[in-house]
Amino acid sequence: MFYYLALAAVLFAIGLFGVMTRRNLIGILMSLELMFNAANINLVTFNRFIAPEHIVGQMFAIFVVVVAAAEAVVGLALVLVIYRNWRGIGTENISIMKW
Amino acid sequence: MNAPDVGIVFWILSAAILISGVMVVSLRNIFHCALALVFCLFCVAGIYVLLNAEFLAAAQVLIYVGAVAILIIFAVMLTTDMTSKKIVMTNENALVSFFTCILFAFVSVSMIRLTKVWNISDKEVVANNVETIGKSLMTEFMLPFEVVSVLLLAALIGAIVLARRERS
Repeated sequence: MFYYLALAAVLFAIGLFGVMTRRNLIGILMSLELMFNAANINLVTFNRFIAPEHIVGQMFAIFVVVVAAAEAVVGLALVLVIYRNWRGIGTENISIMKW
Repeated sequence: MNAPDVGIVFWILSAAILISGVMVVSLRNIFHCALALVFCLFCVAGIYVLLNAEFLAAAQVLIYVGAVAILIIFAVMLTTDMTSKKIVMTNENALVSFFTCILFAFVSVSMIRLTKVWNISDKEVVANNVETIGKSLMTEFMLPFEVVSVLLLAALIGAIVLARRERS
């Protein structure tokens, strides 16, 4: 069980690094998907080892997958709109919400 | 305890996941990153199979590897100039973020290692994974199921409204 949880933690750290350092909006979204998957591995691991007679953890993971899909759809649509308005998707261009 | 052993398959899958994960966050060409992400998600589906979550593995392959990856690759092709490979892909926080994430991973892994009591159960795994999930989706998880379908509809409409070109 330790190895599964450690795998998830390291994968989450990799995704966190991507979110913090990417200059590209799509790169940030892809790193977010990595973090979702790390959380899902955790959920399924706890389900398998601590309550294998129920499937609640897997249900949670399925809902996380669905919500992540919805998030990716809306996020990529936003990326397209930003690209159309600014001709680029670098995060340094998008600063009109900063005060 | 009938918990799955950490066998050779787990090590191969973990190595593939971690290497392709590092590729996702570090490669210069965003298209290569998308391909590495597809591979990484596919290997995570393999981890689900090891953990006796067959339906979730199938859903992962269908939704992530099938749908989300295609969507990301489409967005990459629509927005990125493929010929320009010389752009710097990381911002000025890279070094600080690198050490922060190393620290985060180290602290989490040592916390997991130091935890003594896990209450590991030795009960049998649910026999019919898909059947049980289908039944509980229609009984126990009816409300979240309906809410998530409304959410998907809202995301669909929102994406269409956002991405549609304005007629001028």
